[in-house]
Amino acid sequence: MEKQLVTLPNAPLPFVDRLAVRIAAPVIVAALALGGWEAYVRIAETPSYILPAPTKIVQTLWSDRAELSAAWIVTLKTMFSALGLAVAGGVVMAVLFSASRLLEISLFPPAVVLQVTPLIAIAPLLSVWLGDQPWLVLLLCAFIVAFFPILSNTVAGLQSVDHGHRDLMRLYGASPLQRLWMLQIPSMLPYFLTGLKVAANLALVGAIVAEFAVGAGGKQTGLASTILESGFRLEVPRMFAALALVSFTGVAVYFLIHALSTWLLSPWHDSAVRRDT
Amino acid sequence: MAQTSTPTHADKRPTAVELIGVEKRFSGGVHALGPIDLAIGRGEFVCLVGPSGCGKSTALRMVAGLATPTAGTVRSGGHQKGQPASEAGYVFQEPTLLPWSRVWDNVYLPLRLRGVSRSEARPAVERVLAQVGLEDFAKAYPRQLSGGMKMRASIARALVGEPSLLLMDEPFAALDEQTRFRLNNDLLHLWQEGRWTVIFVTHSVYEAVYLAERIVVMAARPGRVLAEIAVDAPAVRDESFRRSVRYDELCRKVSEVLLEAAR
Ligand SMILES: Nc1ncnc2c1ncn2[C@@H]1O[C@H](COP(=O)(O)OP(=O)(O)O)[C@@H](O)[C@H]1O
Ligand SMILES: [Mg+2]
Repeated sequence: MEKQLVTLPNAPLPFVDRLAVRIAAPVIVAALALGGWEAYVRIAETPSYILPAPTKIVQTLWSDRAELSAAWIVTLKTMFSALGLAVAGGVVMAVLFSASRLLEISLFPPAVVLQVTPLIAIAPLLSVWLGDQPWLVLLLCAFIVAFFPILSNTVAGLQSVDHGHRDLMRLYGASPLQRLWMLQIPSMLPYFLTGLKVAANLALVGAIVAEFAVGAGGKQTGLASTILESGFRLEVPRMFAALALVSFTGVAVYFLIHALSTWLLSPWHDSAVRRDT
Repeated sequence: MAQTSTPTHADKRPTAVELIGVEKRFSGGVHALGPIDLAIGRGEFVCLVGPSGCGKSTALRMVAGLATPTAGTVRSGGHQKGQPASEAGYVFQEPTLLPWSRVWDNVYLPLRLRGVSRSEARPAVERVLAQVGLEDFAKAYPRQLSGGMKMRASIARALVGEPSLLLMDEPFAALDEQTRFRLNNDLLHLWQEGRWTVIFVTHSVYEAVYLAERIVVMAARPGRVLAEIAVDAPAVRDESFRRSVRYDELCRKVSEVLLEAAR
């Protein structure tokens, strides 16, 4: 009887895979870029309404924290509500598609049309229809762009189910629900998580772009309005501060989802396993 | 040459599986199999041997209820028309373990699907894991196992529901020879204990002679039974059987039937 468990390698990691290096390398690059920027602004004495120094941006983040964080929260709310709806809608629709080929062939094309039409062209129409509820326009816009990657990745994931595994479930008499829960959902998980990464980013883009296109209206304004208003008033440091928050949000959400996906997949999926070469 | 059906001691046993005039044509027009007739006795170990494409997998899938015959009847214990046979265990050519489940949960799957709780299933799961020598790997994920160990887990999964019929489709074809020999011996050992009916598909004449009580030799286009050859050899087989003159003779006999058909 064979008894040796093939354990995961403990060999020293290659230089570029070491955690310290993976953190240090981008940090050093960022520090150099920011340092160069700071030095340039100081030496050239560039006025801050043209190009503010990084330190000035940080100062503005702090001094305008009340308005900035209020706007940030509005944008985050739009983004995460849209993402939540996109996940729920996309997954449910994909499961329905996998259950009924007729549904798939009739509903997939409209979904594609919605996807390929630029958001910026749809937004004004939505605001004509829903002018009295601008927040709903923003939510719908962000939802529309986030929905498709979830739908198409989940559909692909559900179709990727291994034929042998299908036979296995049939052989042992799995009910449709058991098959969904024990086979189809785990099979599509890697695909879904890839879609989620794209969708989260698009939800942010959608929330910002829609606010540019239709304006926020009302008192609840998001980061896009902050950027626009600061631009009109030539408050360029505040513009950069708002921009920094947008970038930070995108990066943070990306890494959160990456961590979630590593946590869910690393025990079993190739994409989350480092191969020894 | 043994072109005709050779009566064996299997005739004395009640029939476990019966194929009567079974034929399979796929929708693309491929005439995959038959018509073939085949009867397998309860507790018998039968090997289906033949070139690839002769319909061995198709026949096995029909016995399991995973495919329906285009004509003829398949009878196997407790299996209704179109419904998979609940008391059959199936070992596919690939281990087909669920990669996101630990070995324990993979083996538990057939019982879980039947609604047996984890605690109720524990004795059965642990018994079969011990039988295939994987008791120490219950918590491992499939990708942590070698090819042979994956196949052991797959066999354990097929045995956990105490099947009366074990269907195996070239289970060891992808393994290296040493591992295959070892698993052959382990399988025979398990069969001595369990005495379930086994239909074992292989393209290896040597494997068939080593394992089977009876060998069904098949030919392709369309898939049909060429001959049935009884392996009158010791019931308890071990490596000495592999080196015996009788073993050589039987291998030659089966190969000749296959060669004649290929001509
Ligand atoms: N689902 C299918 N659709 C069409 N043809 C098939 C299908 N499955 C098998 N066949 C064909 O049926 C024949 C027998 O296949 P199979 O039973 O897999 O043979 P074996 O297992 O002996 O290699 C082959 O010619 C194969 O191409
Ligand atoms: Mg086959």
